[in-house]
Amino acid sequence: MERTYHKQEINMTEALITRINELISHYPEDKRKSALLPVLHEVQDAHENWLSIELMDKVAEILLIKPIEVYEVVSFYTMYNQKPSGKYMFEFCQTSPCCLNGVEDLMDYTCEKLGVKVGEPTPDGLFEVRGVECLGACGYAPIMQLGDFYKEHLTAAKIDQLIVDCKDNKIVLHDK
Amino acid sequence: MSQKILLDKINVPGIKTYEVYRQNGGYASVEKALKTLTPDEVVEEVKTSGLRGRGGAGFPAGMKWSFIDKKSGKPRHLVCNADESEPGTFKDRYLMEFIPHLLIEGMITSSYALGANLSYIYIRGEYMWVYKILERAINEAKAAGFLGKNILGSGYDLELYVHCGAGAYICGEETALIESLEGKRGNPRIKPPFPAISGLWSNPTVVNNVETIAAVPWIVNNSGAEYAKIGIGRSTGTKLISASGHVKNPGVYEIELGLSVYEFMNSDEYLGGMSSDRPLKAFVPGGSSVPVLPAHLIYKTAAGEDRLMSYESLSDGGFATGSMLGSGGFIVYNDTSCIVRNTWNFSRFYHHESCGQCSPCREGTGWMEKVLHRIENGHGREEDIDLLLSIQSKIEGNTICPLGDAAAWPVAAAIRHFRDEFEYHIRFPEKIKNRDHFITEPFEKVKYLVSKVIV
Repeated sequence: MERTYHKQEINMTEALITRINELISHYPEDKRKSALLPVLHEVQDAHENWLSIELMDKVAEILLIKPIEVYEVVSFYTMYNQKPSGKYMFEFCQTSPCCLNGVEDLMDYTCEKLGVKVGEPTPDGLFEVRGVECLGACGYAPIMQLGDFYKEHLTAAKIDQLIVDCKDNKIVLHDK
Repeated sequence: MSQKILLDKINVPGIKTYEVYRQNGGYASVEKALKTLTPDEVVEEVKTSGLRGRGGAGFPAGMKWSFIDKKSGKPRHLVCNADESEPGTFKDRYLMEFIPHLLIEGMITSSYALGANLSYIYIRGEYMWVYKILERAINEAKAAGFLGKNILGSGYDLELYVHCGAGAYICGEETALIESLEGKRGNPRIKPPFPAISGLWSNPTVVNNVETIAAVPWIVNNSGAEYAKIGIGRSTGTKLISASGHVKNPGVYEIELGLSVYEFMNSDEYLGGMSSDRPLKAFVPGGSSVPVLPAHLIYKTAAGEDRLMSYESLSDGGFATGSMLGSGGFIVYNDTSCIVRNTWNFSRFYHHESCGQCSPCREGTGWMEKVLHRIENGHGREEDIDLLLSIQSKIEGNTICPLGDAAAWPVAAAIRHFRDEFEYHIRFPEKIKNRDHFITEPFEKVKYLVSKVIV
């Protein structure tokens, strides 16, 4: 298998460190490790939506745990990315109730429109289409997750508009 | 019109905020419990209410609370399970998003009953915006003196935090959830010891679903006996049902347990009947892991009685002719749906979500997915149906946690009730090449082909 090494610039800003410390304070002093999942979300959001080995090592250092304890968690949970992903990741829910409402056709449409296959970012790194399992919004199907938010009752027209809005930098990905 | 106790104030403008929630009688249960009741008295009220766990298992909540180890003197914790991930279920999200303080209030009153001084709400990572809503609500409650040290001068201390997951269905299983809260992979633990004895950081812990905890304020305010008057038999109280699929009005509804399935499906107050007026083919009443039922077993049980929205009535007939209330994830299928495709879809879900700890589940869910995929795509073999039954029977009951059963049941039920549809896929591969095969030609119309072929 081909392996590409991606370099990631690590930037632990003051705001990020403050937030991490706040998260750590939610658990007893000797249970710092418990903050791992929320801390990884914060760190990933601040680093273009992925976690390099170096970044994971940094998290281990902050939480006073071994790097392997971070790697094994990152590889278990689907929301952590171990390689660069598209900036705007269209994560379509592809579980039954969304399928009943045509999500498969919509994913095909989006891929065709962006000229990509599921799971591969556009060459400019702006977009990526992914299929994920039940997002818990079955009554508002078909839906996708974009950053911290859901886009519901999707149609081809809404996808077109979303793509335009992303390009125009009008989409807020994270609620910080 | 059903009585509403969880969503009765959902339409009050601004109910998301502390001020409006408080003006509308919010946090009264905290005042009542802390000032006039002992923790054990609160537990007794919940026991009397008959409230059952709303996450899916339906275990009596008061009973679960009474198991918590108060003798060891270890710190105790209440953890709210907001890792809602069962396909078809989106009720907790609705409650947390639109009336977050109800959950916070329930957490405080329930933590007091359990003697917990440090509690958590574990929410799935995908609900990130709801995580932020809860975080803000907690800060508001804290500023108002309902959290922190010496709440309302009662001497009771409580810290409450939200913790987010990162995309793993398995973390909805209580011991996997605890592992995840400890910063680990979500691998379920072997029970016993049960969390009530050794849970979060080896401390006595109770894990309850969002909806269960949200029912506690009403019970404390109005008494367990009053709550027990709502509903039917051992299915007391109200239940949130999240409806999706081919219905006119999908969404979240609060119903009194005991409402008839027919009324829920067809009255304009609820689902308003089928969308596009196509015939009803099947439904899954309690999330993807409960058995699917065919049209003739939906409104009536096998014994010919009206099917009701209650734990007992939905499971009437056992797995042969019944299903389960589960989490209340109500998925409706019309005649254009393909049961084989849907079963494959669910199997893919469980394969993806299996934590990989137990071989029968890790391997078996993958095998089922592959076999179903080939049947759905026209490469099925005559022996595949029995193969599927064999695989599912070897997963069921042979795993540490119930994910194995949850993966096995839908497959068994689909074959039990829709075997002819599987046979059709296997015998007429050229007719199912397109994924929309039943949209252009519903199974009802081609069913006769299956019976004509002699094997």
